[in-house]
Amino acid sequence: MKLTEEQVRHIAKLARLHIEEEELSQYQEQLSSILNYVAKLQELDTEGVEELQHAADISNVFRADEIQGCEENVRVRAIENFSNREGDLLKVQAVFENRTE
Amino acid sequence: MDEFLTVKQLSEKLSSGETTSEEIVTASLKRIQEQNGALNAFLSVADDALDQARASDKRRADGEDLGPLAGIPVALKDNMLVQGWGNTSASQILDGHTSAYDGAMAERLKAAGAVLIGRTNMDEFAMGSSTESSHFGETKNPWDLTKIPGGSSGGSAVAVSAGLVPVALGSDTGGSIRQPASLCGVTGLKPTYGRVSRYGIMALASSLDQIGPFTRTVEDAALVMQAIEGRDERDATSIELPDTTIPELLEKDLNGVKLGLPKEYFAEGLDPEIKRCVMDAVAILESAGAEVLEVSLPHAEYGLAAYYIIQPAEASSNLGRFDGLRYGYHSSGDGLQETYERTRGEGFGAEVKRRIMIGSYVLSAGYVDAFYHKALKVRRLIKQDFDEALKTVDAIVTPTSPSVAWGLHEKFNDPIAMYLADIYTVTANLATVPGLSIPCGFVKDLPVGLQIMGRPFDEHMLYRIGHQYQTRTDWHTRMPQV
Repeated sequence: MKLTEEQVRHIAKLARLHIEEEELSQYQEQLSSILNYVAKLQELDTEGVEELQHAADISNVFRADEIQGCEENVRVRAIENFSNREGDLLKVQAVFENRTE
Repeated sequence: MDEFLTVKQLSEKLSSGETTSEEIVTASLKRIQEQNGALNAFLSVADDALDQARASDKRRADGEDLGPLAGIPVALKDNMLVQGWGNTSASQILDGHTSAYDGAMAERLKAAGAVLIGRTNMDEFAMGSSTESSHFGETKNPWDLTKIPGGSSGGSAVAVSAGLVPVALGSDTGGSIRQPASLCGVTGLKPTYGRVSRYGIMALASSLDQIGPFTRTVEDAALVMQAIEGRDERDATSIELPDTTIPELLEKDLNGVKLGLPKEYFAEGLDPEIKRCVMDAVAILESAGAEVLEVSLPHAEYGLAAYYIIQPAEASSNLGRFDGLRYGYHSSGDGLQETYERTRGEGFGAEVKRRIMIGSYVLSAGYVDAFYHKALKVRRLIKQDFDEALKTVDAIVTPTSPSVAWGLHEKFNDPIAMYLADIYTVTANLATVPGLSIPCGFVKDLPVGLQIMGRPFDEHMLYRIGHQYQTRTDWHTRMPQV
């Protein structure tokens, strides 16, 4: 099995990754070799086997749904990490329109 | 100050007044300054390391009751948040990021009085087995500077191996503590999933990630674990532990202990000289009283394939947060979609992009059953194998790595060759059992590691076996000439 260039473009799109045209064939080779390796699982009969998402022997760990503030220096540091802001607000490009302000 | 003292030895010297934290930390900083140019183990050291040390000395002078980590310098892998540090997970996409808060490890280490001395190099987002995928350059193996140190926690392994610090923390998703510990000749523990809080660690694969220590001895690993383990309500998968005291079991011989050798781990692909080291180690454990049996983990050979579906799937989801808006690298495009694509295309390195794409593919419509759901079923079979084997034996003993450290750049562009380095370690993460790697010899002057895996939450058995081995051998006391 080998992925087509079109499939690699589609996967990159799903993953929100810009891939240069000249990188396509290398990703095509490498991703195909990985997928061929992991396809080894197809030889195993797993009929009736229950999936194991995680093995921590716990379920439904609840806590009260309460808003908790954070320390001022945590808040300030979090905001300082924003790539673009206005005052204390995170500034982003329009989500529903394909344009920049 | 002897740079290869253990935590226990340093702690005793601090208690007796023979040395101070300031003296220990000064020596550690000096050694980092001298060696790091060649090794690239540290990405940065803390500006306030000496202040932390002096504060610790003052507490001691004031008569405070201090634990064994008080005043001891500890290095942290760069994926663990420390407030004010420029944590990046060795990725360009977090260039310029400053951690807003302390993760659970920073909190616990500070509470234990440790000196947080700096952040160590790693494969980008812990994706790799050689510490070559770091955006900040590769880390080198102190036993041979032309070799890789293993990965992904290579910086932490080297920091301990080269005597820069007595203890460093790493994270292990598929072997990222045990394999570099093996390749650098130090002790490394991946605890049971749920034993250590993952709060404030940059997630790779959330159902597999676990934090643990690199130390010189098993005894030290147990001391460090006491400081970092236990329930944290901010990590819902962390567990309340019934008993975290180090039992006198540590001092007991191995009479009545049953060890299993899984025949699948000693089959083709294992370097015969590594096999000889491991079998010599098994003979020593036998002489300490252990009974050795053959066991079978029939689905082990499918572990690596299941792992390289589940881990990229979870990673592709976890790394979705790196959008160029909230932190780190930003590359503007025409519209939000293009900004995401450019930021991520430029900010992530090649291996991270490969794994995100594999993850996106195995979760995508039309393939999710054949790949992702299939892998989760195989994960169940692997866990059942371990459960079954651990009914008849107390621990499973294997090599940690199929080879010793390989040459820099040798496997860097061959993902499958790199992934095969994890073949003996990924199963413990899939089955969520604890795994310990301890030095057990040398092949061509490079360290070999012995892996001991046990029942979930029975780290005490691993400590007991590992400690008994280290009281009968001196491999863990060998130091590289750097």
